[in-house]
Amino acid sequence: MSEGTGRKAPYIIPIGPTHPALKEPVMFTFEMEGEMIRDVDFAPGQTHRGIEWMGMRRNPVQIVHLTDRICGICGVSHTFAFARAVEQIAEIEVPERADYVRTIIAEFERIQSHLLWAGVAAHELGFDSLLHLTWRVREQSMDVIENLTGNRVNYGIVQVGGVRRDIVPEQHQIIEDCLATYEGLLSKLLSLFLDDRSIALRCRDVGVLSQKDALELCTVGPTARASGVNVDLRQDYPYSAYGDLDVRTILPDQYAGETRGDVYDRIVVRLLEVGQSCGIIRQCLDEMPAGEVTAEPKIAKLLAICKKASGEAIGRVEAPRGECFHYVRMEAQEAPHSWKVKASSYSNLMSWIPMLRGEQIADIPIIVASIDPCLSCTDRVAVIRGERRDILSKEDLHRLSVEATRRLQA
Amino acid sequence: MKLTRSFNRSLWAFHFNSGSCNGCEIEIVAAITPRYDPERFGIKLVGTPRHADVLVITGPVVKKMKDRLLRVYAQMPEPKVVMCVGTCGISGGVFYDSYNLEGPVDEVIPVDVYVPGCPPRPEAIIHGVVKALEKLERIQGGGR
Repeated sequence: MSEGTGRKAPYIIPIGPTHPALKEPVMFTFEMEGEMIRDVDFAPGQTHRGIEWMGMRRNPVQIVHLTDRICGICGVSHTFAFARAVEQIAEIEVPERADYVRTIIAEFERIQSHLLWAGVAAHELGFDSLLHLTWRVREQSMDVIENLTGNRVNYGIVQVGGVRRDIVPEQHQIIEDCLATYEGLLSKLLSLFLDDRSIALRCRDVGVLSQKDALELCTVGPTARASGVNVDLRQDYPYSAYGDLDVRTILPDQYAGETRGDVYDRIVVRLLEVGQSCGIIRQCLDEMPAGEVTAEPKIAKLLAICKKASGEAIGRVEAPRGECFHYVRMEAQEAPHSWKVKASSYSNLMSWIPMLRGEQIADIPIIVASIDPCLSCTDRVAVIRGERRDILSKEDLHRLSVEATRRLQA
Repeated sequence: MKLTRSFNRSLWAFHFNSGSCNGCEIEIVAAITPRYDPERFGIKLVGTPRHADVLVITGPVVKKMKDRLLRVYAQMPEPKVVMCVGTCGISGGVFYDSYNLEGPVDEVIPVDVYVPGCPPRPEAIIHGVVKALEKLERIQGGGR
């Protein structure tokens, strides 16, 4: 403490890469003034596994199992986006029924992911009984996912050209039971989270992200929607079965009458989306057409089609955390010529900085968790050069990008 | 049911993510939540390796996490047992040919219990913890 002036000198708190408040490795450096965060920097890249590099040495049927494992929580979104990109390049037409099955699985994934997040958020607030309650009810969606796909996590259901399993009539009742449970539970969950005084005290006007910042930082998904940005790929760019369905963006003012862009609003958006997903799944079950679930059931034939394909395409999917983007370029070879993944958390991480500035140390865990960060989705690069830190300006990045394009065209 | 001697004391586990895809993480958390509730046997996750009996490792050990894994391992008091959860930590799994791996885990630190699966089910993880508990008892009794 400096003498005389009565002001505390700023000091640095490092948090991470391994820390009980963080579920995944990421390195934070907080510049503190007393209890207040003056500035913050973070370094992702601690879980980089080189997935794109490995993918460029495998064929699309093998990559599908790799994309499942980009992220254990939103596995189907990555596979879905990748498969959509490859299908466009190879001009494979996905049967309509497969589109519906994919949509149902993607919505179940959203339900389990949002409930998982709600539990983690309660835990970060120190409300562990609510963590246990949400995770107990989450198990029912995991059971249904297991019933539909055969796996609880890393479902392995989406294949290039369709899906690997159909939903049979006997399974409709199981799905319906699960949806009924969640629809009955939703009002209870909403009142547990949103009418609770301590949750409101900890979350209202904490970690605020203004609509302007949300737009400028290109945030996506529930993080953007909680700040009042009307974006949802399912509404703006309907893919798969979403074109036939009526999906409207959920914004926090639909519940609270106002949008403040704080942690509370992010809870509102995610919980309401659980209800929305239940509605989408029910609509899908009612409207699902009969027919095949895959364009090409024989793997060898499918590989031969992919091997002949050349061109480039992007696949975009609204993952539970926001837009998940896959760029694939194939040049009539077994493996893709290039493959780029931009996960939703990549777009959202930067919003940490305006959210955390000016907040208290005690609010770090909940603010960090409030964007539902997924580092394993995000870490597409790891910079390993001793202790040196590289800061790239916009011009440097532009130059690197131009060079990379030239290399690809050469 | 008569409980074995392994249940005489509680067992605290520290979870270390060495670059996993989150699949094993959510199954570990699912394993400690009410459906399975191993906390009634004293099994729970703790926030620091210094309080832990078991180190639960997920992920294939990427380059940046190797030193951190060694440090966390060194911070744990003896006797300690290491549990490797998930196929990628055991053999590399789907990430076997990546340029950024220092793993599998047993090439970095000694592993006592392997739980295969991508990811393993919560039941398998709890089974692994019980095996770790038995091993801990053996080490304390002077055996291996």
